[in-house]
Amino acid sequence: MSIILKTEKLRVEYRNRELRQATKVALQGLDLEVGAGEVFGFLGPNGAGKTTTMNVLLGFVPPTSGSACLFGIDVRQPIARQRIGYLPELTYYYKFLNAEELLRFYARIFNLPRAVANQRIPQLLKLVELEQAARRPIKSYSKGMQQRVGLAQALINDPDLLILDEPTSGLDPLGRMKVREIIQRLKSEGKTVFFSSHELGEVESVCDRVAIIHQGQLKAIGSVAEIRGAYANLEQAFLAIIGYEKQPAP
Amino acid sequence: MRNILAVAGVVIKELYRRKDFYVLFIVTILICLVMASINIYNDAGIVRYIKEICLDLIWLCSLVIAVATTARQIPTERENRTLLPLLAKPLTRVELILGKFFGCWAACGLTLLCFYLFFGALAASREHEWPLANYLEAGGMHWFMLGIVVAMTLLGSLVFAAPSSNSTICFVIIGGILFVGRHLDQQALKLAEPMRTVVTCLYFALPHLEFYDLRDLVVHNWPPVAWGYIGLALLYAAFYMILFLIGACLVFRRKPVN
Repeated sequence: MSIILKTEKLRVEYRNRELRQATKVALQGLDLEVGAGEVFGFLGPNGAGKTTTMNVLLGFVPPTSGSACLFGIDVRQPIARQRIGYLPELTYYYKFLNAEELLRFYARIFNLPRAVANQRIPQLLKLVELEQAARRPIKSYSKGMQQRVGLAQALINDPDLLILDEPTSGLDPLGRMKVREIIQRLKSEGKTVFFSSHELGEVESVCDRVAIIHQGQLKAIGSVAEIRGAYANLEQAFLAIIGYEKQPAP
Repeated sequence: MRNILAVAGVVIKELYRRKDFYVLFIVTILICLVMASINIYNDAGIVRYIKEICLDLIWLCSLVIAVATTARQIPTERENRTLLPLLAKPLTRVELILGKFFGCWAACGLTLLCFYLFFGALAASREHEWPLANYLEAGGMHWFMLGIVVAMTLLGSLVFAAPSSNSTICFVIIGGILFVGRHLDQQALKLAEPMRTVVTCLYFALPHLEFYDLRDLVVHNWPPVAWGYIGLALLYAAFYMILFLIGACLVFRRKPVN
């Protein structure tokens, strides 16, 4: 299995602009490897460093030390992003465009030939069930529809690696189920999916492997069964790994 | 280049799908038509006043459109988080800045075209002539002046977080340059050192937007300016545009995306 995503001793420090404030260490020597065709769940409590890791992988934040590569190319090179799709958390797309125009705009950035874009855009709109709303301005979309158009834009270039930052955040159960179905469909097509989520049940149902980070450090990595170990479910295992202890009631 | 054009295309679409331009255009038309329909003192040369008022409104509206459109580009992308999926694609930050600049500048060009067509029609209805060379020079110079304004506002939008503060600061600077900038060298002569040197340096460092004001040429139907001078002025504008864009790229290079 070829390695698609790799980080080695990745460290990210944010310098605080205010004087006398300590530098915040967001990631401390993170080592990750994700193979082709895997659905990889990236878990951690809020502030653990999940979004920072994604920001480094997408070239938004330069690593303080260590390295990050996609398809063997340093993430700082724009060409590393040619074969990836990215869905950020809670994005409000251009209100004055409709879904079809938005996808056409992103297709142009990927230099997709017009014929390919003409074929691909209706397919994606069908996949995310937005065919009926394709010509409606995005400003009239519900939150779930915005998230689905976001998923469609992430797939416009038929990516080999999909990076999803909390894709089901804020969605209703039906919306979550649809996103899960799409991830499973991508998996069956041999795509690699790297996603962060707080929905552990969802992670359990779709992921091949899982990594748990806490305070910028990798705490556990392995298959869902390995991580779950002797615990009843992934949630209990997760809480034990991050060292959460239930306080006795006063 | 493809990426720059794609980004610019979205900016142009934004301009014609928002109401700003239409409101300003309709207000200009209404004011000018009302002014053109009355002649209080039966002055034979009233058309010059109408032309002057119309051109003043065009200048004001074009500046409002240029500053307001440009000032919101990057802050809105950041606020709505559309910057994230955009920069996660094979698009560099420099391409994004250039795309925004060319989009805003082209949008200003389209706006000017509409305004000057209306102005030409209004003037021709009274004067029964169409001094095309004058209109071309005035419109072209105006457009290049807006290029400097767009580049400066784009740089401001990366330095100041809120579009409103950036717009206000840009309007103050533009107003200052247009009304005071041309007199700075004479004012410097009246000052003692070291203020004289400071004001003289400021005079030479500021982009002189007043160079691009050819309203009198159009109002009084003077003969066109020699094209050589126009060419020099356009080079001067290009220099400032490049300078501001380099500044914007340098600031944006280190700017956090979210």
